[in-house]
Amino acid sequence: MLRDESGPYFGEYGGRFVPESLISALDELDAAYTAAKADPVFQAELTHLHATYTGRPSIITEAPRFAEHAGGARIILKREDLNHTGSHKINNVLGQALVAKRLGKTRLIAETGAGQHGVATATAAALFGMECVVYMGEVDTERQSLNVARMRLLGATVIPVTTGSRTLKDAINDALRDWVANVGSTHYLLGTVAGPHPFPVMVRDFHKIIGEEARQQVLDLTGALPDAVTACVGGGSNAMGIFHAFLDDPTVKLYGYEAAGAGHLTDKHAATITRGRPGVLHGARSYLLQDEDGQTIESHSISAGLDYPGVGPEHAWLHDMGRASYLPITDAEAMDALRLLSLTEGIIPAIESAHALAGTMKLGRELGSTATILVNLSGRGDKDMETAGKYFDILDTAALEREVESPVDPSSLGVKE
Amino acid sequence: MSAVADVIAARKSAGSGALVGYLPVGYPNLATSIEAAVALVENGVDVLELGVPYSDPVMDGPVIQRATQEALAAGFRLRHGFEAVAAITARVSAPVLLMTYWNPVVQYGVDRFADDLAAAGGAGLITPDLVPDEAHAWLAASDRTDRDRVFLAAPSSTDARLEQAVRASRGFVYAVSTMGITGARSDVDTAARTLVSRLRMAGATSTCVGLGISTADQVREVLEYADGAIVGSALVAALADGGIPAVAQAAAALSAGLRR
Repeated sequence: MLRDESGPYFGEYGGRFVPESLISALDELDAAYTAAKADPVFQAELTHLHATYTGRPSIITEAPRFAEHAGGARIILKREDLNHTGSHKINNVLGQALVAKRLGKTRLIAETGAGQHGVATATAAALFGMECVVYMGEVDTERQSLNVARMRLLGATVIPVTTGSRTLKDAINDALRDWVANVGSTHYLLGTVAGPHPFPVMVRDFHKIIGEEARQQVLDLTGALPDAVTACVGGGSNAMGIFHAFLDDPTVKLYGYEAAGAGHLTDKHAATITRGRPGVLHGARSYLLQDEDGQTIESHSISAGLDYPGVGPEHAWLHDMGRASYLPITDAEAMDALRLLSLTEGIIPAIESAHALAGTMKLGRELGSTATILVNLSGRGDKDMETAGKYFDILDTAALEREVESPVDPSSLGVKE
Repeated sequence: MSAVADVIAARKSAGSGALVGYLPVGYPNLATSIEAAVALVENGVDVLELGVPYSDPVMDGPVIQRATQEALAAGFRLRHGFEAVAAITARVSAPVLLMTYWNPVVQYGVDRFADDLAAAGGAGLITPDLVPDEAHAWLAASDRTDRDRVFLAAPSSTDARLEQAVRASRGFVYAVSTMGITGARSDVDTAARTLVSRLRMAGATSTCVGLGISTADQVREVLEYADGAIVGSALVAALADGGIPAVAQAAAALSAGLRR
């Protein structure tokens, strides 16, 4: 069974390519996670949190008006955007935070791209009374300033990372450096299915609830399994989460959509599996974007959450064996899909998730009107309003300029000093 | 046999221990990095550790990160690493190890890397993000080409892992003085002393301590219990601030009192 694969290797991918200083922490984490997985008390605690805090199970929503633009196929959205904190990220964060608590760690550190994982980690730290430090590429703190404010409001320290490409990969480097130095007190709450073992397996396990719920929900609704399951892929956590329950259902096709930025044939993209080749980055062997010398190439995507030159090792394995297909979606295709779902269904998706929607529109036209496609709507678009506003030129820029030139007098709004 | 282990043993029996000096290849440019490495040896450094610039150096602190990023921006290519090793070994007799993260070696081809390193006269590799558990290809290639392989040992390593590091290493075992990344620290952790003694119990005959060592006093202190002391960021900072005269002076200051 493909579902039983539990590392440290997925075929030739995965493993642990890290400094020796981290090995004992990874061993400790692996042992604690293995024990937690088998402990009914831990599972009950996580289930209770999901029921009373996350908002699980997340619902599914049919998208018939959107589906008209997807070849008339039946489109069903798994609504991870409705989770507390606005994306699937909370599933993994609560699980790992509980493991960290069992290990007696008092400090959580995390990397974040779009800020969704950082917000989720800051949320768990607040909930459990832990210290929280989030590393975020300086480029991302600028394009996701709203999430920076959310993290600070939740009590986290956000450290803008100014090295390298100043995006997600550099945030991971700095988080790893912090972890090496503070491993006694600190848990590195890695946010995707990448990194050294046990992270790819553990993070997948905490997200596989997405697919397990959705599989049953689609069966209940339609009486059959979907023909295809789709998701966006950066590091690949939401995709592994929804794929996993279907890995051993041979009739269900799996599609991961990578960020192709300006186009996967340009040099401005983040289409790691489409354009990369196997190598070692951030502790694991997988596909990555790299030059001839093995130097990581900077990725590009309008979506901060997919702007990553690596991908989880389990995806590399599923790709090589042909179990899942990975296809590129450009910035423009994703933004069109974002607007279309907003206009047709009243749901504003995250730009990341919009890549899955854009891929689904193409897939629906291929599969035709008899097909059922399950889409992981991994996050909501609130955080992306500044990017979308600029992209579609729908910000009221004239009003903004007036405000900058002559700030509104608070007293005129009836606000007391 | 290992030229690196021989040099360290010779320095040890001469009464002190070895000074290992780190500088990145290609910083500030290839020619200057070669001159700087030669200057280290001429000023008392016994073993050279040449860093291969890499885009994602997770073991390195800010000083070395800045230098290696600058080297990459200036056009560093892997072949420059072999060119530097060949140029340096043609001029000085100190053994030269390359310090490289693992992905560049994988992409170059592990066997091809070992062959080209041997052809250039390089002694071996220090691999900060490759543990012996993942090193099958490198163990085979380094045996075949008779190159040294330096693995890291950390204060957090179990006894079993220390034994594994000692068994897998040739040249020396790199004892990480403290839990952290490269960069000068005011006091080198007492953890280093404990780690070196644990490594000796695990069978190590050649152990060098690195991370955080930046002064002659720290070098002397480390050599009281270890076979070698590794200095990196302090030399890189000197090169950045004052060029070759400054890095030569820094090396001379570190090695002062080690020679008798």
